[in-house]
Amino acid sequence: MTTLTLSKALNEGLRKALENDPKVLIMGEDVGKLGGVFRVTDGLQKDFGEARVVDTPLAESGIVGTAIGLALRGYRPICEIQFDGFVFPAFDQIVCQLAKMRYRSLGKLSLPVVIRIPFGGGIGAVEHHSESPEALFAHTPGLRVVSCGDPADAFAMIQQSVNSDDPVIFFEPKRRYWDKAEVDVAEGLAAALPLDRARVLVPGSDVTVLTYGPMVRTCAEAAVAAAQDGRSLEVIDLRSLAPLDTATIVESVRKTGRCVVVHEAVVTGGLGAEIAARITQECFYQLEAPVLRVGAYTTPYPPSRLEEHYLPDLDRVLDAVDRTFGY
Amino acid sequence: MTGERRERRAQLATPLGPFERMAEIRAVEEHIQLLFNEGHVRGSTHLSNGQEAVAVGVAAAARLTDVVTCTYRGHGQALALGLTAKEVIGEIVGRTVGCAGGLGGSMHLVGPDVGLWPTFAIVGAGLPVAVGAALASQVNRSGRAAIAVFGDGAANIGAFHESLNLAAIWQLPVVFVCENNLYGEYTRIQLSTPVSDLADRAAGYAIPGLVVDGQDVAAVTAAVSEALERARADGGPTLLEMKTYRYSGHSKSDPGSYRPAGELDQWLRRDPITIEAGRLIDGGTATAEQLAAVSSRIAAEVRRAAADALAAPQPAVAEMLIHVHG
Repeated sequence: MTTLTLSKALNEGLRKALENDPKVLIMGEDVGKLGGVFRVTDGLQKDFGEARVVDTPLAESGIVGTAIGLALRGYRPICEIQFDGFVFPAFDQIVCQLAKMRYRSLGKLSLPVVIRIPFGGGIGAVEHHSESPEALFAHTPGLRVVSCGDPADAFAMIQQSVNSDDPVIFFEPKRRYWDKAEVDVAEGLAAALPLDRARVLVPGSDVTVLTYGPMVRTCAEAAVAAAQDGRSLEVIDLRSLAPLDTATIVESVRKTGRCVVVHEAVVTGGLGAEIAARITQECFYQLEAPVLRVGAYTTPYPPSRLEEHYLPDLDRVLDAVDRTFGY
Repeated sequence: MTGERRERRAQLATPLGPFERMAEIRAVEEHIQLLFNEGHVRGSTHLSNGQEAVAVGVAAAARLTDVVTCTYRGHGQALALGLTAKEVIGEIVGRTVGCAGGLGGSMHLVGPDVGLWPTFAIVGAGLPVAVGAALASQVNRSGRAAIAVFGDGAANIGAFHESLNLAAIWQLPVVFVCENNLYGEYTRIQLSTPVSDLADRAAGYAIPGLVVDGQDVAAVTAAVSEALERARADGGPTLLEMKTYRYSGHSKSDPGSYRPAGELDQWLRRDPITIEAGRLIDGGTATAEQLAAVSSRIAAEVRRAAADALAAPQPAVAEMLIHVHG
């Protein structure tokens, strides 16, 4: 076991992926010499060369399109999108091409492309640098969308994503890059939880709290705080946002009868809406309260001084938990 | 399927090959219009009549192991690369004999075994994908080149500029083939584009840019061959602007009434099939009578292919639910 930041755990996972398969390439803006603005690819170009860790111009559509061409030629490219808001120039390539080429070729063409996106706020980085666009991709058939919540998952999930024959949009919780935890970097992937499975992070019996990415830690803290009030929260880290691990979600909510979905993304049309709909359908007779959602307001991401009021926090999670007992 | 496609590709190297394939493309496009008119398939389609020399010239110059990304106006390119009339028509009318089993449709023809990646229905989207194929070749030294075929409309899309820039800075083995048919959808190029020759845009990326007579299949073949040779010799990318014309409107429902009177007639006088026929007759390769007989034979074959395609089963409805994930 080694203590690693989430950023370093991703770096170690990427290193393993590069070591294990010569077809793996990394490309993006400043991923090589600089090692990425969050240093996730630090040192990789030095160790694997400029042909495998490729610095690109500022050209997101070009980067993802190029990755598609590489994948169709047998490579497994990993693209870094420098900040969440920068993915939009690549939207056509991801949604119209990357997601759908398998379908258009009757399943004959695989596109094993990973698109890494640091996402979410909390670092005072304002609009375009703090966004949570995951629902846009989860809405698109043909993509797998995942998010890691801690260093150990970061290490395993990035490798599993590279191994996936489907395109994976890999959301990294930006403000948790510096969180530290124990990671067994010698551990292979055999024992790792499959990429499309949710994890029961904190077992509990009163309210199910579903979350992912940067809010995983917040919800784990909420569970501790709620316990002091005598309420037992079951916190589930969804990990896979598309497909959703509905079975794990349903099993928990049937037990607790109450559910709060927490994400940083805007509530309107967010993943919480999809999850609430599924729970209502599958757990209707077990529900003691409507599924409540905690997320951002339906506004653009605010300037940094207002950020703390905009982002969901411990109090908003606990407030929603309380409200589930008001029905 | 692969064997027949490859055989058809090899036919382009025979003296009559380019003429035959252009005649086939013309016959297929005319037949497709008919199938839509007769209600065999709903939706729209984008015909390439008039642009046959570009499709055939590109295919004649490319190796089987090269890759071509092309547009929704791609029926001709698919046929030129080797797909059969039955596969192309079958795809458009949504039958299992189609090249994508009837799930792709008119805008998404595919044949990776002869270098055709699923055609791109978003303007400009194929260019960066060709750049990626070329980057792969540069990394693994495979000698496989990439060709991006796109229209004049794409030259005003960001992906065009990103792609030329990427290919230029990395000196990738890719040839950018612009089919300048003078219209981006319903808008004449002078209203959308400040330069007369799109080939001039190559200068902004410090790569060679050439204007080519897109109605002359020999000129297209020669220009693409030269650019591919340069690409394979680590000479980097080339932008080729094919001056051509689409006889039909943008899509099925567009009669092209925005075109000035007489323009179509002027271009019909430079018809690529007629030009190639003239070359074959002048060079003593064939007589006008022989070529007329070839055209009749091909027209009959296309009719038969269309009948076979229509007689084939439609894909099972459940097919649309699979192939989404691996």
